[in-house]
Amino acid sequence: MSTVVLLAVTGLGLGALYFLVASGLSLIFGLMDVLNFAHGALLSVGAYATWWAADGHLPGAGSGGPGFVLAVCFGTAVGTVAAMVLELALIRPLYDRPREQVLATVGVGLAVPALLSAIWGPDARPFPGPAALSGTFGLLGAHIPVNRLVLIGAAAAVLVALRLFLGGTRHGLVVRAGVEDRAMVTALGIDVRRAFTLVFAIGGAAAALGGALGGLYYGSVDPGQGTSLLIFAFVVVVMGGMGSVAGAALAAVGVGLVQQFANYYTASGLGDLAVVVLLAALLLLKPRGITGRLA
Amino acid sequence: MSTGPLLAVRDLAVVIGGRHILHGVDLDVAPSGVTALLGRNGAGKTTTVRGVLGLVPRTGSVRFLGEETVRLPTHALVRRGIGYAPEDRGVFAALTVAENLRLAERPGAGEPAYGLVHELFPELKARAKQLAGTLSGGQQQMVAIGRTLLNGNRLIIADEPTKGLAPKVVTEVAQVLERAAQAAPVLLVEQNLAMVRRLAEHCVVLADGRTAHRGPAAGLLADPEATRRLLGVGRRGTARPEEHLMAPHDNQAARPAGPAADNGKAGA
Repeated sequence: MSTVVLLAVTGLGLGALYFLVASGLSLIFGLMDVLNFAHGALLSVGAYATWWAADGHLPGAGSGGPGFVLAVCFGTAVGTVAAMVLELALIRPLYDRPREQVLATVGVGLAVPALLSAIWGPDARPFPGPAALSGTFGLLGAHIPVNRLVLIGAAAAVLVALRLFLGGTRHGLVVRAGVEDRAMVTALGIDVRRAFTLVFAIGGAAAALGGALGGLYYGSVDPGQGTSLLIFAFVVVVMGGMGSVAGAALAAVGVGLVQQFANYYTASGLGDLAVVVLLAALLLLKPRGITGRLA
Repeated sequence: MSTGPLLAVRDLAVVIGGRHILHGVDLDVAPSGVTALLGRNGAGKTTTVRGVLGLVPRTGSVRFLGEETVRLPTHALVRRGIGYAPEDRGVFAALTVAENLRLAERPGAGEPAYGLVHELFPELKARAKQLAGTLSGGQQQMVAIGRTLLNGNRLIIADEPTKGLAPKVVTEVAQVLERAAQAAPVLLVEQNLAMVRRLAEHCVVLADGRTAHRGPAAGLLADPEATRRLLGVGRRGTARPEEHLMAPHDNQAARPAGPAADNGKAGA
């Protein structure tokens, strides 16, 4: 029983991490038809910026208490700015050329880890976190690492915030409409490009937050973290239905749980394969994903 | 306001995927009343509208309210006072009726005219919380036209607003457009000649991506030879079915024996 509980909470934690990456990815694709292969790089930027700040380079930031909160905020802010710069400098000039656009994001997705590796080395760096978050607590006989709960809580907060933004604000309304029919949004007199930058900023913030908290989950940061998470985030996006935040949340939970349980009860590594099988099975049954949107 | 045309299009050309869809469309929308944009299927009517709005890449000149707008992005041109109801209605299916209307609001550009919209379409008020994707075709058209009336626009562009609608709803749409035209001039793309006869004062006829005829609508509709030549309709039996201007689903299509037979509105 305790193993099942531990696996379930760890799976949910992993799902939370996937959701933080996939929610932005899904909105960006839904609104802009851009497959952002640089999204994993945004996670890495957030992770390294948080690590850099918590390691004592940012005044006021540190590895404990309020200092760590500041470090996470800093990492999230850096990721947000990076995403906006990416959209304005690289994606926007290439809107009429989708093929070049994909190549450009692939290029950034490769260049950022290389850059991080060049500056801080290819090896994993231990991630400093508050002592309170590195412990465990008992739940139904299992010892659950606290950082799992932090990830789950953060992902739930991001989900609620995104739903409030999409459902309750004019910008959110524009994004939802743009996911359906971008041209018609402009034909109503709305500059949809502003929504593009906004969605990139939101997606970048969520991914960078995922990077910051992923550091806690893994206990370290390394240049390739974002890229390996990105693959599963794409699986989540396709399963959830392009452009659907709720679908991404459901799919992220499913993928995280299946991966954890399969990795434990079969051979390690089969969990990753199980996720792909799950994706294939779902697409055969529901080609448009859980929420019925076209992948 | 000047007495010249509200919208003056000159030499509009559209090339999509290496194919010339429009070669040189000239079009004026008079500062009042309804101007009909006519032509056979595939003549380029919808592309002309989309070209004017910048929804497809285009060259030429598009002057709106005296200002050259061909280099403006769509949203900037629309914000100068255009309401657009597209051919496919452009209703956001996953949004509610109220949200569809709210999207058309232009913050900072005056109070949205919900009073007018709800007076014309009481149903939109009753169905405010309903998802627009679950509305009937006629109700979706009400949303589309309602959005154009919300902002005190200077020009309303309606692309085949009666397409696919039941005859009773066609009559309702005609009444609304008649009312709308009192507030702002309307550029109406229409296949239904009965609508054109009822509403339009001016007309522009396209053929093969070019302007083939411009003039008073009544004059064209009263001339069976010209309507046959330009629009491919004529006395019953003379037009080949695929050339028939009326949409086949429209029951009214079969009714007028020929355009010349109806001069009720045309003579007015």
